[in-house]
Amino acid sequence: MTTIQTDSKAKNKARLGSTLTALGMLPVLILLAIGFHLLSGRFLSVNNLSIVMQQASINTVLAAGMTFVILTGGIDLSVGSILAASAMVGVIVSLWPDIGMLGVPAAIGVGLACGLINGMIIAFLKLPPFIVTLGSLTAMRGIARLLGNDTTVFNPDLPFDFIGNGSLFGIPWLAIIAIVTILVSWFILKRTVLGNWIYAVGGNVEAARLTGIKVPLVLLFVYAMSGLFSGLGGAMSAARLYAANGLQLGQAYELDAIAAVILGGTSFVGGIGSIWGTLIGALIIAVLSNGLILVGVSDIWQYIIKGLVIIVAVALDRYRAKGLSRT
Amino acid sequence: MSAAPLTSAAAVPVLEMRNISKTFGTTRALSNVSFTVHAGEVHALMGENGAGKSTLMKVLSGAYTADAGGEILIDGKPVVTGDPNKAKENGIAVIYQELSLAPNLSVAQNMFLGAEPSRFGILDRSGMRSQAEPILKRLGLGFSADTMVATLSLGERQMVEIARALTTNARIIVMDEPTTSLTTRETDRLFEVIASLKAHGIAIIYISHRMEEIYQLADRVSVLRDSAYVGTLERSDLSAAKLVSMMVGRDLSSFYKKEHSAPAGEKAVVLSVRDVGDGRRVHQCSFDVHAGEVMGIAGLVGSGRTELARLIFGADAKTSGTVVLNGRELNIRSPRDAMDAGIAYLTEDRKGLGLFLDMSITDNVNVAVIGEDARFGSVLDFAKARQRADKAVSNLSIRTNSTSINVGALSGGNQQKALIARLLETRPKVIILDEPTRGVDVGAKSEIYRIIDELAREGIAIVLISSDLPEIIGIADRALVMREGRIVGEVKAAPGAPIAQEAIMTLSTGSMTDKVQEEA
Repeated sequence: MTTIQTDSKAKNKARLGSTLTALGMLPVLILLAIGFHLLSGRFLSVNNLSIVMQQASINTVLAAGMTFVILTGGIDLSVGSILAASAMVGVIVSLWPDIGMLGVPAAIGVGLACGLINGMIIAFLKLPPFIVTLGSLTAMRGIARLLGNDTTVFNPDLPFDFIGNGSLFGIPWLAIIAIVTILVSWFILKRTVLGNWIYAVGGNVEAARLTGIKVPLVLLFVYAMSGLFSGLGGAMSAARLYAANGLQLGQAYELDAIAAVILGGTSFVGGIGSIWGTLIGALIIAVLSNGLILVGVSDIWQYIIKGLVIIVAVALDRYRAKGLSRT
Repeated sequence: MSAAPLTSAAAVPVLEMRNISKTFGTTRALSNVSFTVHAGEVHALMGENGAGKSTLMKVLSGAYTADAGGEILIDGKPVVTGDPNKAKENGIAVIYQELSLAPNLSVAQNMFLGAEPSRFGILDRSGMRSQAEPILKRLGLGFSADTMVATLSLGERQMVEIARALTTNARIIVMDEPTTSLTTRETDRLFEVIASLKAHGIAIIYISHRMEEIYQLADRVSVLRDSAYVGTLERSDLSAAKLVSMMVGRDLSSFYKKEHSAPAGEKAVVLSVRDVGDGRRVHQCSFDVHAGEVMGIAGLVGSGRTELARLIFGADAKTSGTVVLNGRELNIRSPRDAMDAGIAYLTEDRKGLGLFLDMSITDNVNVAVIGEDARFGSVLDFAKARQRADKAVSNLSIRTNSTSINVGALSGGNQQKALIARLLETRPKVIILDEPTRGVDVGAKSEIYRIIDELAREGIAIVLISSDLPEIIGIADRALVMREGRIVGEVKAAPGAPIAQEAIMTLSTGSMTDKVQEEA
């Protein structure tokens, strides 16, 4: 049959198409890296790239969780506050003699618990995610400050400090954790039933329900994942700083995480997107921050340039996607 | 007024489209279509989905630019193509299937949306109202210009769209499947309005799949097939056989396929519904469906047919009644429960409630069963999924090059088949089909009838909800009729004598015709 012959061709084309969409922002990332190298002369050094990876790592982890949420058409504004509270708990637990290592699971546990609460309110009380997580953004910030009596908690002998400052075969642990997070997310999204359901819920929630998908469970899962990854991010920040401050830590992190997801081509209304795009988005943000410092741009201009690059990059991507679909 | 006399075809046509072609990449969506419309005529445009009707209308409205060589003449003078604003100035208005009104604005605000009368940027509300009222009056509408669109029924909203077209002095109005979501009464109202527009010399291009409407309205009918113009029939030459063969390109000798035999009572009852209701729109509905039988549910739009199906399927919560499958009473609280028990439901709104348009055919076919196929409890089995999708594509003859393309890229009929394939993967014992051929072209319709017939022969019990009476008569063994949320009667087909259309009509309208339709 002729259909079978054209079948494999069309399949390859479709596969190529989806790879292109996933890698949509890769050229932007590469151009930025080359540009900064030409301007500063030292961007593409092993040492600096390792710093970029470290800088990207926490945002990558948060953005991975955010990808789950945005794929269902939701949003999680509370990740920065959850990160702060988790980091506080992590450092406080690390001060307990002998069992200080428990700081890591404690931080992750706090994040997971917060995510589950967000998820339960959204899934079972059916309240809008924007409002629920806006509430927990504020409430969790308060709890983070409460945990340390509004002071900074230190632990100069942090037992899990290798996470923040050590490396394995020359790769910083922070970067390894971020990569593992991305791989786990990829596996869940693309290789499991749950992942398929996440895309289905984001694509058409009512159709998903009529197909027998348990929508509330899917929603609960994505917010729990986002919370869990925020907790992990909290442990990573604590390990890097040997300290945590409930007031300052994680301020506006949700915005960077959302920016990374959107830069990565994930649709804000849900149903379309990939975790690789998110990784590239997070790297673009880190490259911008690092590169602008290397080039010697002032703090104020860094904000302005970062904002503009995000808008222009997404505009270019939309324009290109349109061009592709027409041919 | 520039209204042309209603008289002869000898007069200069108000619209002439000459040699219109449109190519997208390598696909030819229209090739050399020529088409003429006179003032004051209703010119129906027919053709299967994908034949090029919508593309032609988009060229007319300026949404697309025609390929070089094509031209559009208004009153015999060539005009610029590919500019929506110019098209509007030239008196062309399109009323789309998906209504494009802002529900939280008033009727007048919607009528002037984008062209609001204003003074120094300040909305001239009274001016708007005084311009809107005469138009509403001319159309004989029973609501005022200040009414919020959100409070209007679908039919009334369509009237607002027509009123909007009249504010721009439209002389050619395109109506794309305008009656799809209207009740019978609203449809009658629309037809009256069309007649009055005609009398004012306005030309109407009317796109529809429904033969009865074409008979009732059209002065001439033009048919497109495979992107090309096939021909035009005068009103006096119209016949269903001619039209169908022009659209399909072959004779459809057996359009409705019915080879399964109606079980004669002694066959097993598969689904037994008793006193099901939700206390609001559905009241005490009871019926039995047998293995291998196609049971129709007829009734007007809004009579509670879809609502009843959703209660049985667990999509909405029922407040009374029981559902028994193969002698076992079911406790259905969600669609999942119903599917696990062996009940499948095909939604009437395949895009809104059925398909995941951005996901592949494979994903759409498998989404209900990926849990069963998964390895280690949750890891997807792609090989199995592909197998199921390939099998579905060949069994239901879904036309596509690949199962990995998005389902949204398929034509309406093929989308519907993909959705049916998803239901069949759950191996149901009962299938409730809600308007399975809505918005589907003639060729795909006949294939869907073939699929239904095969399923019945395999012993599946089928409930067919349809507003298309010929369809129920053509393929169902018997039909229940619903009115105001109740089952009001049953009409059976006897050997050699099909279900009587008259009987269904009488039952579904009842003695309180007006009231029922008002509520619908």
